[in-house]
Amino acid sequence: MRDLLALQNLPAQDIRDILDLSQNLGEILDRPIKKLPTLRGKAIVNLFFEPSTRTRNSFELAAKYLGADVINVQKSGSSVEKGETLWDTATNLRQMGIDAAIIRHQVSGVPEQLAGVLDVPVINAGDGSHEHPTQGLLDVLTLRQAKGDVGQLKVAIVGDVLHSRVARSDIWAMRALGAQVVLIGPASLLPESYRELGVEVTTDLREGLAGVDAVQVLRLQKERQSGGEIPSQWEYRARWGLTAESLGWAKPDAVVLHPGPQNRGVEIDSDILDSERALVRQQVRNGVAVRMAVLFRLLGGAHDEQ
Amino acid sequence: MMNSERTAYRIQGARVIDPFRNFDGVTDVWVKDGRIAGQPEPDAEVVNGDGLWLVPRLLDMHVHFRDPGLEYKEDLESGSKAAAAGGFTAVCTMPNTQPVIDIPSLVQWQIERSRQLGLVRIWPIGAITKGEAGRELAEMYQMAQAGAVGFSDDGHPVADSRLMRAALSYSAAVGKPIIQHAEDSRLALGGVMHEGAVSQQMGLGGIPAEAESVMVWRDVELAGLTQGILHVAHISSPGSLEALRYARNRGLRVTAEIAPHHLFLTDEAVREWNYSPLTKVNPPLRPAQVQQALIDAVRSGLVGVLASDHAPHHADEKAAPYDEAPFGISGLETFLGSVITLFLGQGLLSPLELFAKITSGPHDVLRVAYGGLVPGQEADLTLIDPRVQWTVDPRTFYSKGRNTPLEGSRLTGRAVATMVGGRFTMRDQEVLG
Amino acid sequence: MKNIALLLDSDAIRRALMRIAHEIVERNHGLDGVSLVGIRRRGVPLAKRVAANIALIEGAAPPTGVLDIGLYRDDREQRPFSAIDATSLNPGLINGRVVVLVDDVLFTGRTVRAAMDAVSDFGRPQAIQLAVLIDRGHRELPIRADYVGKNVPTARAEQVRVELEEVDGADQVYLERASEGDES
Ligand SMILES: [Zn+2]
Repeated sequence: MRDLLALQNLPAQDIRDILDLSQNLGEILDRPIKKLPTLRGKAIVNLFFEPSTRTRNSFELAAKYLGADVINVQKSGSSVEKGETLWDTATNLRQMGIDAAIIRHQVSGVPEQLAGVLDVPVINAGDGSHEHPTQGLLDVLTLRQAKGDVGQLKVAIVGDVLHSRVARSDIWAMRALGAQVVLIGPASLLPESYRELGVEVTTDLREGLAGVDAVQVLRLQKERQSGGEIPSQWEYRARWGLTAESLGWAKPDAVVLHPGPQNRGVEIDSDILDSERALVRQQVRNGVAVRMAVLFRLLGGAHDEQ
Repeated sequence: MMNSERTAYRIQGARVIDPFRNFDGVTDVWVKDGRIAGQPEPDAEVVNGDGLWLVPRLLDMHVHFRDPGLEYKEDLESGSKAAAAGGFTAVCTMPNTQPVIDIPSLVQWQIERSRQLGLVRIWPIGAITKGEAGRELAEMYQMAQAGAVGFSDDGHPVADSRLMRAALSYSAAVGKPIIQHAEDSRLALGGVMHEGAVSQQMGLGGIPAEAESVMVWRDVELAGLTQGILHVAHISSPGSLEALRYARNRGLRVTAEIAPHHLFLTDEAVREWNYSPLTKVNPPLRPAQVQQALIDAVRSGLVGVLASDHAPHHADEKAAPYDEAPFGISGLETFLGSVITLFLGQGLLSPLELFAKITSGPHDVLRVAYGGLVPGQEADLTLIDPRVQWTVDPRTFYSKGRNTPLEGSRLTGRAVATMVGGRFTMRDQEVLG
Repeated sequence: MKNIALLLDSDAIRRALMRIAHEIVERNHGLDGVSLVGIRRRGVPLAKRVAANIALIEGAAPPTGVLDIGLYRDDREQRPFSAIDATSLNPGLINGRVVVLVDDVLFTGRTVRAAMDAVSDFGRPQAIQLAVLIDRGHRELPIRADYVGKNVPTARAEQVRVELEEVDGADQVYLERASEGDES
């Protein structure tokens, strides 16, 4: 493994190894001194073209706990506007002597494009509607901790799957581990072609939630209303919102995940979010563990030849 | 500069493939004073055509030479050289330059400039609407008089149905085709590749095939209403083919072209190229079953024209995130190789059928008369080595645009000599001029 | 052809671990304030056995912890990636206590140095001591063991193989002249 760009096509064994590693590194968060010498002297750049304090902080903490130095670079606007090509960005990073780049971009594929020209590991921290691999990993880790073997589970992903990089990474990770996946949402926001991959796709929340062990609730972006994909947040909530009533359609012990930030009262109700069944706090904690594991996996040994 | 080295040639031993008169056979061809000659010329230079094919006037009716205004992408000289290197003797330049070619003087300027260069015949396409803004018709009569061979707002569709109706009515009177870039912009909004399994997995915005076909259906209906002359540019969807079939059955004057990249590549290329915008083109590369339907449409004759949609861009523009990079593939210098490899390598067409799509086919669409390699006709011809295998290396392009996803592909067949008006513009991959 | 010599059989291992247990109790005047920390992998079962032996002597076992020093290695860039096992330590096990690190083989001393760094991240021990089943020499750091099962003079190219019931299915230690480098 040289980079972590996507979970699609990542072998199941690699996913399991990272989950095991994350599980074993999780205890570091409870230590009195959380600064290990593991990645001492490594310089890691958090290159965020799209603002995201949560993900950036999580990566930054993970890197710092392992002893690396982190520099945050926040860029905004299109590279075209700034008259800079992607290769300029890559050249600049290379000149800064960094050892790894964590990249978030609003356009799908940019981490992959940059990985093609950078000779250090690249970690995708979320690209466009493509993937958010560390989120996918932390979601399955959270499920594994709560429910055991993910391969025995049926998991529903509810919401704007079409535009969700989280959903994509979740689907690949869950499928690799053998889980059954059902996608639920308005037809205008569902990628129909996923049926061909053996994923269930339905617009009916009640039907979709029947018999599921876990529900991943996606954030509803406000733009979907102006984009004409849904009529209103209220109609969305009425048909696809996770409420006490609709959660009752899942298995009685079903757990709930949400990648955050949550729109309380839109895609998910507060009383669910604040209940024991919601694993959102574990997700945040696992996020740091998974990111430590990924950094350690990519930087913690001699360079893999691929 | 039409310089005057030798003026007489004897092209000896080549297999002459002449779709203009449906001829395919080995025969000598004589050239004198810019035209095909009927009898032996004593001073003629002998050009050995053994093992080569000789084809009259290859015409690419859809290229973007970016001149005036966007010369950093391409200019009339570099574009003309690319055409000559690719084996083409005539091209139609699209009017989406800066300024847009929407007045007769700009048409004249392009033609005059191409005469000076003497590398390829440039037949300008004028804009349908002023500034390609889609609001008012441009002066089509005047431009036709100045030499425009057709009209297009290529790059944009004519979205306004009322305006399109008017343009098609006009075309019937002017006798030149309206070349529509068919795309429902609202349906395509935010799209950067074909909408389907690959776009959904890659998280890239999709353009449904229907964004093209809904407009082709509308235009076919308008062609029926107006009895106008409609040519659909770079057709790429099954629904569009269905509309074309419908138009043909009704006897309407509707034709279409297909670009080689839609026949040669699929949307899987976007994945294979790891998000490199070299694969970004509009209309987008389609999935395999659509690709097959397009190939079948070429074979059946439903589509009678192949045209490159040569769209050069600067390397910096393609060194961008996929969403931000411009659409387009630099296609002139891989055109012949890719269609020979595809159609002849697999025996899908005879050479005569294939070359009709880039000779007589587009001449017919444009209503340009040409008789082929018969005495008295302009000596526009191309010698092709149909067996040579080569690897596409954009660094060797004459075009300023090196943007092609065929980079690194192995192709069979390429032009080895190009002659325009009795003068060689390219020999052995070397452009002369 | 490998040249293999048996250094300790299961009886010898049992006796060595009992002796180490006695020495730990003696030296620390009982087990008050003593923690055992096994270093992954084979130090972990060894620490458990020593703790059980102490229980036989003292009537109670000292608390034990588990430490994977993988995150503290200084030679990772020279080695292929290897995974990390769970560490199980807490400040209560370390702060103000005598921490006895337990490992199978003492060689260059780098593992022990890493273990001392790791322990320090959990708290401030009163003292750190070291117990090993085998000391094979060739130190690269100023480190020595407080409790040794057996001292074995070795050549650098030789390997000491420790096999334990819990990990390998049998108890034995042997010396192997091999062409590959030693990793202990
Ligand atoms: Zn176009």
